[in-house]
Amino acid sequence: MNIKMIFSTVGKVVLIEAVLLLLPFITACVYTEWWVAVSFAITIGIALSVYGLSKLFFRPKNTVIYSKEGLIIVAFAWLIVSCIGCLPFIISGDIPYFFDAYFETVSGFTTTGSSILSDVESMSRGCLLWRSFTHWIGGMGVLVFVMAVTGKNTDRSIHILRAEMPGPTVDKIVPRAKDTAKILYLIYIVMTLAVVVLLLCGGMPLFDSLLHAFGTAGTGGFGVKNDGIAGYNAYCQWVIAIFMFLFGVNFNLYYLILIGKIKNVLKSGELWAYVTIVFLSVAFITGNTLAICGNFADALRASAFQVSSIISTTGFSTVNFNEWPTLSKSILLILMLIGGCAGSTAGGFKVSRVVLLSKSIKREFKKVLHPRNESVVKSNGKRVEEKTISGVFSYLSIYVTCMIVIFLLISFEPFSLETNISAVVSCFNNIGPGFDAVGPTSNFSAYSPFTKVILSFAMLLGRLEIYPLLLTFLPSTWIKR
Amino acid sequence: MRVVVAGCGKIGITIIKSLFKERHDILCIDNDQEVINEVINSYDVMTICGNAISYDVLKEAGMEKTELFIAVTDSDESNILSCFTARKLGAKQTVARIRNSEYTAESLGFIKESLGISMSINPEKLTAEAIYNLLKLPSATKVDTFTNRSFEIVELIIKKGSKINGLSLMELRKKFAGNFLITVLQRGEKVFIPKGNTTLLEGDKICVVASIEEMHKVLFSLGFLQKESKNVMVLGGSKIAHYLTQMLAKGHTSVKIVEKNKQRCEELCETLPSSVDIICGDGMSQDILLEEGVSQTDALVALTGADEENILISFYAMSQKVPKIISKVNTSALSQIAENLGLDCIVSPKQIIADLLVRYARALNATVGSKVETLYSLMDGGAEALEFVVMDDFEFSNIALKDMKLKNDVLIAGIIRGKKAFTPGGDDVILSGDKVIVISKGRSLYSLTEIMEGK
Repeated sequence: MNIKMIFSTVGKVVLIEAVLLLLPFITACVYTEWWVAVSFAITIGIALSVYGLSKLFFRPKNTVIYSKEGLIIVAFAWLIVSCIGCLPFIISGDIPYFFDAYFETVSGFTTTGSSILSDVESMSRGCLLWRSFTHWIGGMGVLVFVMAVTGKNTDRSIHILRAEMPGPTVDKIVPRAKDTAKILYLIYIVMTLAVVVLLLCGGMPLFDSLLHAFGTAGTGGFGVKNDGIAGYNAYCQWVIAIFMFLFGVNFNLYYLILIGKIKNVLKSGELWAYVTIVFLSVAFITGNTLAICGNFADALRASAFQVSSIISTTGFSTVNFNEWPTLSKSILLILMLIGGCAGSTAGGFKVSRVVLLSKSIKREFKKVLHPRNESVVKSNGKRVEEKTISGVFSYLSIYVTCMIVIFLLISFEPFSLETNISAVVSCFNNIGPGFDAVGPTSNFSAYSPFTKVILSFAMLLGRLEIYPLLLTFLPSTWIKR
Repeated sequence: MRVVVAGCGKIGITIIKSLFKERHDILCIDNDQEVINEVINSYDVMTICGNAISYDVLKEAGMEKTELFIAVTDSDESNILSCFTARKLGAKQTVARIRNSEYTAESLGFIKESLGISMSINPEKLTAEAIYNLLKLPSATKVDTFTNRSFEIVELIIKKGSKINGLSLMELRKKFAGNFLITVLQRGEKVFIPKGNTTLLEGDKICVVASIEEMHKVLFSLGFLQKESKNVMVLGGSKIAHYLTQMLAKGHTSVKIVEKNKQRCEELCETLPSSVDIICGDGMSQDILLEEGVSQTDALVALTGADEENILISFYAMSQKVPKIISKVNTSALSQIAENLGLDCIVSPKQIIADLLVRYARALNATVGSKVETLYSLMDGGAEALEFVVMDDFEFSNIALKDMKLKNDVLIAGIIRGKKAFTPGGDDVILSGDKVIVISKGRSLYSLTEIMEGK
């Protein structure tokens, strides 16, 4: 175990966070919120000293890392980044309690968007920006960012990329992990800017458009208004709806489009499944909610927005879908579990895993009927390794187990079953709002601090796809043998 | 530079490793998913799982952007075919591993010409050549030659009781005349370029550069000369053994091959001159070795398929006081261990190939002023020796060497001008058209200008 390398990399992540904290610092200065600016300055100072300490004590001679180190680096980086990230909220007094602030920050970095704030509009501008900016940072990944900006070329950096990027397999798009990270971030930045420009065109103020663009790009879901996106015009709602959908797509496909390989994009089974799920859900919910919304255009817009918001695990809302019929709510709950595509900024179980599962289940059925039948699972025209398939199955079981355990842990709370289940599903899949007492118009502030810690942990588990965090806390990872 | 390597076997992996160190962008193709997974986990490269002769796979690998395509799969024919396809799809340079001896020099020339293959490499033949060089100069642990064999660079180990043990380089220079240069020194793990006041100690490994006419004289006066091996025993009748024996037999060296497999023995009998003794027996058996006179041979070359066997036989030969022992070890970890235990002469086919391709890739890098002609890694990669061809637009031509400000760990070891090869002194200059031999420690050089301070 290369402990020095682990902590020196984590130190670098903290340094990057200090740099990123400059943005809310400047914002606070611009809006002359001096005390908020000071609290950001203090946080930056703390981050820099943590970096300095890591630099002082951990100078790795051996830079080789293996799969284990990659997982632990990612887990530690996320825990520490969230700890430092919640300081401005506490110091500035916007969120005075540690557990609340930690919940809020984790919810930001993991692009969940669950909030404990009942009145967002009273928050300072600096903190609001930082809250949404964490979505943007966490969306593509902190370590991917570190990889893109620091000039280290190590042979085995793929282990970090793999631990942080969601999905059953990680494909590099260019030979070097570093260049892959750069290209992904470039696509991410350009698409985010596109959202900002389009929202500005729709008459949304600059501050609001920036924050909503961050929330959309990271598929997070923190807004600036108490009523979510409902107060903005139909154009803005459509822009956000479409981009939420786009950010839920595997970013490798955008690279393929950039280099002109559109044929390969159209061959992607995951993309087709994703599109099909979205269209079917929109159709069903539109039909189901026609009576409530009144006219077809409104029903279509509301359902398209909500479907795209939930499947991409963003969690923005234009209507209170708590009041929708049970069929629509059930569809939304299923979408929560499915989540976006692998290699996107979205959370959830991932469409690609669903596709692989359904294909291998089909094969199992065939085998039951014809025991001598031999067949392989194919995806995008290529054979999928048995190892990948069994990996998906074991992920499914551990995914379900985690959800059950978390559900049991929070079940002493005095809320309805629907509230608790949806809170767990929503946090674990990084969506944001749930149903009933944690629905789109309410928030998580009523939960006890213990539950908030558990749910924060659930969000991190979901974002990092369980293994990194779980393995870090297993004693056998640390025992030398 | 974008490099595609087809086939990730032993040689393929070594090539990937060496070229990655050279900062090239690498894409690997192999048809075994397990192998691909292994590569992805250990190296920062892109991979495609598929057959490298397939048009679709090569198309996916982006041949039009590829500058160097290297085919090192098991089969010669698929290497030829995939190089041909890659070339037609737009790869600029193609290199194929072709090792079947039935492809003679003539037929290779024809194939390369008509299919547009830039280079064919034959690891077995190159290894045989390296071993041949060592047998010609048995006191060395490694012998490399530069253009037209004008210069030789030789690695030697200073043994107990050596004449030069305990001398500083300055004293050495005074005591021994001759046109030679001690360029790199390895003491323990440390590799460095020695200064005038550096004292040579027992156990040091040194690199001596001298022109080929001088080398025998130099080694003789330094007390290193050992007579050329005239009586060689080869264990294992591999392809390398075949090539090596052919070369040795031409020089009237008597060769004895010990090979287990009867059928292979018969094949060797058919293709090799009748002066070669071929013994059918297990080289691991001490009785057979003794019976065949291992203790009287000048040199033993262990070339069986298993690294471990080669190492063990070599130790046995050491106990029998065989003057020169050469063992083929492909696993770098094993060769390190064997070297620490006292086997000083180890050849590794895959490292030879990797060196060759690194040099080839560097020569492709268009630079101003000079071109890499030859490259050898010295002291297990701790330093390298390069031969540059100086072009007309070289910035520092016609400046006396003593006026040039060179970087710290760089040394100009030789200049080849026309037919003349000499070790330069402070008053010598570099002219365009020269070939300059440079030793560099710990730094990869791509052009001659880079040896200057501040470049």
